[in-house]
Amino acid sequence: MEVLAYLIPISLFLGGVGLVAFIYTVRSNQYDDPEGDARRILNKEWDDRPKP
Amino acid sequence: MTAQIRPGTAACPGCIATPGEPARPIPKDVQIALSLPGIHCSACIATVERELNACPGVDSARVNLTLKRAMVQAGPEVRAADLIPVLERAGYEAHELDPGALSATQSDKAGRDLLMRLAVAGFASMNVMLLSVSVWSGASDATRDMFHWISAAIALPAIAFSAQPFFVNAWSALRVRRLNMDVPIVLAILLALVTSLWETALSGEHAYFDAALALTFFLLAGRYLDYRTRAVARSAAEELAALEVPRAILLTNGVEEEVAVSTLRLGDLVLVRPGGRMPVDGEIVEGQSELDRSLLTGETLPVFAEPGLNVSAGEVNLTGPLTIRATAVGQDTSLHRMADLVAIAESGRSRYTSLADSAAKLYAPGVHILSALSFVGWYIYSGDVRTALNIAAAVLIITCPCALGLAVPAVTTAASGRLFRKGMLIKHATALERLAEVDTVVFDKTGTLTAGTPELTNLGDHARADLEIALALAEASAHPLSVSLARAARDAGIKPANVTEVTEVPGYGTEGQFRGQRVRLGRAGWTGAEQGTQTAAWLAVGDRAPLGFYFTDALRPGAAEAVSALRQAGKEVLLISGDTCAAVEALAGRLGITDWLAEALPQDKAARVQALAEQRRRVLMVGDGLNDTAALAAAHVSISPASALDAARVASDIVLLGQDLSPIADACDTAVRATKRIRENFRIATVYNVIAVPLAVAGLATPLIAALAMSTSSITVSLNALRLR
Repeated sequence: MEVLAYLIPISLFLGGVGLVAFIYTVRSNQYDDPEGDARRILNKEWDDRPKP
Repeated sequence: MTAQIRPGTAACPGCIATPGEPARPIPKDVQIALSLPGIHCSACIATVERELNACPGVDSARVNLTLKRAMVQAGPEVRAADLIPVLERAGYEAHELDPGALSATQSDKAGRDLLMRLAVAGFASMNVMLLSVSVWSGASDATRDMFHWISAAIALPAIAFSAQPFFVNAWSALRVRRLNMDVPIVLAILLALVTSLWETALSGEHAYFDAALALTFFLLAGRYLDYRTRAVARSAAEELAALEVPRAILLTNGVEEEVAVSTLRLGDLVLVRPGGRMPVDGEIVEGQSELDRSLLTGETLPVFAEPGLNVSAGEVNLTGPLTIRATAVGQDTSLHRMADLVAIAESGRSRYTSLADSAAKLYAPGVHILSALSFVGWYIYSGDVRTALNIAAAVLIITCPCALGLAVPAVTTAASGRLFRKGMLIKHATALERLAEVDTVVFDKTGTLTAGTPELTNLGDHARADLEIALALAEASAHPLSVSLARAARDAGIKPANVTEVTEVPGYGTEGQFRGQRVRLGRAGWTGAEQGTQTAAWLAVGDRAPLGFYFTDALRPGAAEAVSALRQAGKEVLLISGDTCAAVEALAGRLGITDWLAEALPQDKAARVQALAEQRRRVLMVGDGLNDTAALAAAHVSISPASALDAARVASDIVLLGQDLSPIADACDTAVRATKRIRENFRIATVYNVIAVPLAVAGLATPLIAALAMSTSSITVSLNALRLR
């Protein structure tokens, strides 16, 4: 059962990474305009260089 | 859970702001907000942003496709009126929004907060559930203890963070010595944690960390759904409020200046252009015109306006520009005084207890008593505090209202979503439940059953030559009667006669020369006719007797269908209007309404609605005008169309977004079904309790049974609610 000593921290860490990522997306307003963001990515305008 | 009592106003802060409301803080980062109902694709976003950014003075513009809005950051010299034509040239319909009224949607802090707590509870409960699964499937001794300790390490901080809303609500209820649904929830969570910690410390078999977290997660999910429904309604209602930008044209020494209504002072001179709404109460000092008072009084006949006449905020100027001197501003205007009447009517409205509240009233004490009894019983029987506490915790966890917490919000979310797609906005939390009980429907006439646009009735009575003259004169004016007359004549294939020197005389009509004769189209007194009771425009050709063009108010689309569907559903339909007897009788006849009341003052309307309520009738009031607000507030439940005055929309529980009235009958039906689902959900939750509680009291419940009972009941209840979609 020694493997648990590695696996439990690893699984908790991975889950925590997901949680932190989710909190980051909420904090940075990424759910304010889901429909618009889905369409913006189809736009070719800023394909060659980033929007200033 | 909707168990705790929320103040009614919280349902819609955006609507509380009435047209003259002064304090709307404008966010610093956005100066101009535009509503763009027509955008739908990535090309639209790109075009709109490019056009706006190309405008001089604009710093940046960003489109939000979900809300169909553009937020523009610009220098102070840029006004929305400059940007709208730019977008219209690009092919997009644009309306100015008041950014101050939108501020609440900008920073949706409460929703974000709840979502974060939900995410933490979900993350923790999944992890703990996995650890528990291995315990249930046979981990023993040191391994089990380790799993329990890890679960505790995850559960304690997670619950401390994510269950905060329950702690706060329960504490505020306990402080005033009351019980709400949150008290048993908090007690169950805390007791589960304490007994589990104790068991773990003694390397016992049963720990309820997973149950405590799953409980928090499901209940937060219910609360988040509840919040979302209300946030959607609020943001749509805010948009309606924000479309009315409170601006007025101030005249200072003959110079016109556009200012916010809130800055107007007593004695200021205000210019109101034709088509504009009076921003303040005042006295006309210059100009002649006609006034449409239908939103305030329900009268359809325009009133002649000349210097010296007093006007009230909310009246619409029809033909000529008017200069008014403000005699009452802001809170003192007649618009605001009407709010007092509403407050009186609301205090008379019987306090409605929602289904969730009545369930909580039965449930909360019952759970505590049951849990306490099983603790006492087992303590006497076994003499062991540990066993007794364990069983008391199991009883509390199993009876804990997961399913009850989801029963109401899941159904309300599904039903509100369904009604929203049909063009109805549910503003109040318990509006659906109240709508389900309705047996009497009271309609207002002007602006509600009718569209507020006149319709010519006697086109066929006139000679073609007269119609040609009338058309030529009517086309020179923007007065609603002229517009309607011109459209009807054009549709009938009439060509305008060659009338020369056409001039509009504001407040009277239009005048011209035709084959050497003076021709006039306008008010009765001006053309030499007798003023009748019906809305009419008169055509005078030379010395001939004037000819009358009669108008009725056009029916709103779906009005007839809504009335007949409501009658078919066995509801009594009444018509109460402030308009003249003849006009109301004619409309009642057209719709087949036998019970009507005309020339009703605002107090009469409210009194009639209250009288009906005293006969134990459940009244649905549908109205749009200022004269309806008191009645809207007095009724059991109320609906107003989006075209209604702000004050009326605030007073009503449901707002009809489209022109069509027919969704009303359907909404009643949906409400009845939603209430049925809520009761069904309560029954499902009770059945699960009836099965699991005896097990818990008998001391047979394991954490596995608790987890199963909780999850299955929550999922069944949510699925049952989804059937409503």
